[in-house]
Amino acid sequence: MRAPAGVRDFDPADMTIRVGAGTPVAELDAALAEAGQRANLPLTPGATVGGVLAVGRDDLHALGRGRLRDALLEAVFVADDGQVVTAGGPTVKNVSGFDLCRAMVGSLGTLGLVGEVILRTWPRPPVQQWLAGPCDPRELRRRLYWPSSILWDGQTAWIHLEGHASDVESEADLAQSLGCEPTEGPPTLPPHRVPVGALEAGGFSGRYLVQIGTGSAFVSEPIPVPTPDRAVVALHERLKAEFDPRGRLNPGRDPLAAT
Amino acid sequence: MKFRKADPLVEDLRRVLPLDRIRVAPLERSLMGRDASIFEGGQAGPVCFPIDTGEVQGCVDTARRHGRAVVPRGAGTGLAGGAVPLEEPVVVVTTKMNRLLSVDADSRVAWVQPGMINLDLSRATAPYGLHFAPDPSSQQVCSLGGNVGTNAGGPHCLAHGVTSAHVLAVEVVLMSGEAVVLGDPDGWAPGMDLRGAYVGSEGMMGITTAIAVRLTPDPPAVQTLLLAFDSVDAAAQTVSAVIADGIVPAAIEMMDNNIIRAVEAYVGAGFPTDAAAVVIVEVDGLPGGVAEEADRVVELATARGASVRRAVDEQERALLWKGRKSAFGAIARIKPNYYLHDTVVPRTRLAEVMNRVYEIVEEHDLQVMNVFHAGDGNLHPMLLFDRREPGIMPRVHAAGAAIIEASLAVGGVLSGEHGIGMEKRDFMPLMFSEADLDAQARLRRAFDPGGMANPSKVLPTGASCADVNALDKVPDGVWG
Repeated sequence: MRAPAGVRDFDPADMTIRVGAGTPVAELDAALAEAGQRANLPLTPGATVGGVLAVGRDDLHALGRGRLRDALLEAVFVADDGQVVTAGGPTVKNVSGFDLCRAMVGSLGTLGLVGEVILRTWPRPPVQQWLAGPCDPRELRRRLYWPSSILWDGQTAWIHLEGHASDVESEADLAQSLGCEPTEGPPTLPPHRVPVGALEAGGFSGRYLVQIGTGSAFVSEPIPVPTPDRAVVALHERLKAEFDPRGRLNPGRDPLAAT
Repeated sequence: MKFRKADPLVEDLRRVLPLDRIRVAPLERSLMGRDASIFEGGQAGPVCFPIDTGEVQGCVDTARRHGRAVVPRGAGTGLAGGAVPLEEPVVVVTTKMNRLLSVDADSRVAWVQPGMINLDLSRATAPYGLHFAPDPSSQQVCSLGGNVGTNAGGPHCLAHGVTSAHVLAVEVVLMSGEAVVLGDPDGWAPGMDLRGAYVGSEGMMGITTAIAVRLTPDPPAVQTLLLAFDSVDAAAQTVSAVIADGIVPAAIEMMDNNIIRAVEAYVGAGFPTDAAAVVIVEVDGLPGGVAEEADRVVELATARGASVRRAVDEQERALLWKGRKSAFGAIARIKPNYYLHDTVVPRTRLAEVMNRVYEIVEEHDLQVMNVFHAGDGNLHPMLLFDRREPGIMPRVHAAGAAIIEASLAVGGVLSGEHGIGMEKRDFMPLMFSEADLDAQARLRRAFDPGGMANPSKVLPTGASCADVNALDKVPDGVWG
């Protein structure tokens, strides 16, 4: 089943945008770019807005730009019984009732079929720059004020800087003094996402890339992920039972098992 | 109800807490009967002061065995009646759980207990050049557990987000008595974002016993501007123009003439008392961007008739913020009581809704002062009154309801940062359909199937049948 696509409503001065969940992320990004804005969604090739929200993977720049889970302001979804439900609200700040939108992010569509969303948007900074080198990622994080990304494969660190020209220049100078050099872009991501704690547990010999500050690591081969706490599993089961008692929504998919 | 020494609930609580940390005297229970809202007449049962997670579990287990609801409470600074106990629940106060458990400056993560005061955390992490970004006006007294409960905001949440964006993990005692960690201090736990679903649940899903917070680096450069306008419209238009220009300042706060005059008489921050409105804009970050953005803000403001004052040093900056943050103290000089509202409207509709607020207040023959987070569109009209004046309360409530309706009419929401609690519970159907409310009730049931955690708040009766002691309406005497 495919959700509706297209931009429904966008006033740049509100810095929010209402789009159909079936809208390709590339189309969303192009619409926002025209107004000098963007959303903190990963621009996964071919992916849709609803798709990336359901999967819940952060954009590579989440360290500086903010997390995917904070991008969603309102979600309109079809519940298991066919009723249309609105979660959250249209404004950038809202604590009216329980924060159901957060539970939808990363739920793999197992709680409802999301049809339309309102996202928070941000200004697109004028200048950006990738650098890479054999630097200590902790040192980079300590010394640089607000890098938008720090990636680490065990030997090389990649950093992304963005902002006003003079600030990017001075931060790039600082990064170069720590051993980084300008580069074209980030390395390709290994396919499997794991919590960084699973990687730190050791015993992994393949290729990996840690997305510093977000808790995610990407690995070339699947590795064992610590079994979630029994109470966490029980909460997932109870949420599923409350929202989809007949098991109709994306059957067989377990958000806890997703990578 | 008077608790005797032989009360079986109190007897059992004494098995999990020492005598001096269970209070049953009428005076102490009545102190816990209200929060900082206008609600009076809440009824606390035994009041417990645990010092660790195990003791909280003991309190919850004991309450459950006796079929008694549990109301968590931090510093009691909530403005929506969320912590007001109804029908003598066990009240679990976290103020003695106020320790900083750990700081990892490299990873910028601190574990804190829920009773720690918001500002104490930023003070403790200042030596590392780090702070906790959400800064509610009550930050000198409010607790971090309460911030999690309401998903609190503050002036500096415009660029960096509200509490939820700064909570990496929470340890929660569920009503089953189990302690569970939601989220992960590293930043991501596989599965649904239970952490995010829990933050802002107003004590209705469990009791927060520890919080892993994300710390924010102190900005290398800051510029604070005071913009004074001849009209509220020009001030509001400037706010929209700044955002539309692609600038997200650290804070944009607006104060209208009524509050400017009150604050000046109180602290003398140097605000122009003849201005219709002032806007405080703070930009922070690296020096180049800060200088460029501050200049641009000045340009946009002067084009709309503003006179501009730039804080030249930290002392002047602190004075401007003192003016802003003293607003609530200042109004006590004018009327003994105030009712602080909290709605959000799309940023582009600010001027229109503020004008409507002035009309509403005039229709009900009340006084209003506006001091609020303009950059987020988060309005805070303060209705001033003297509750001794006969017939005043119905007017205050009618004006409040009209402000809520005016905000929703332009696509706004019920609350931006104070929460729903009891205050706006019965307004929820104005914003949400029955199906929407049922979905929220399901989320709550997944965490608290028996409805034992802070019952009868947030969701109007009918959205959930599971609440113990569910009340058809707010009990007599609770509305102040």
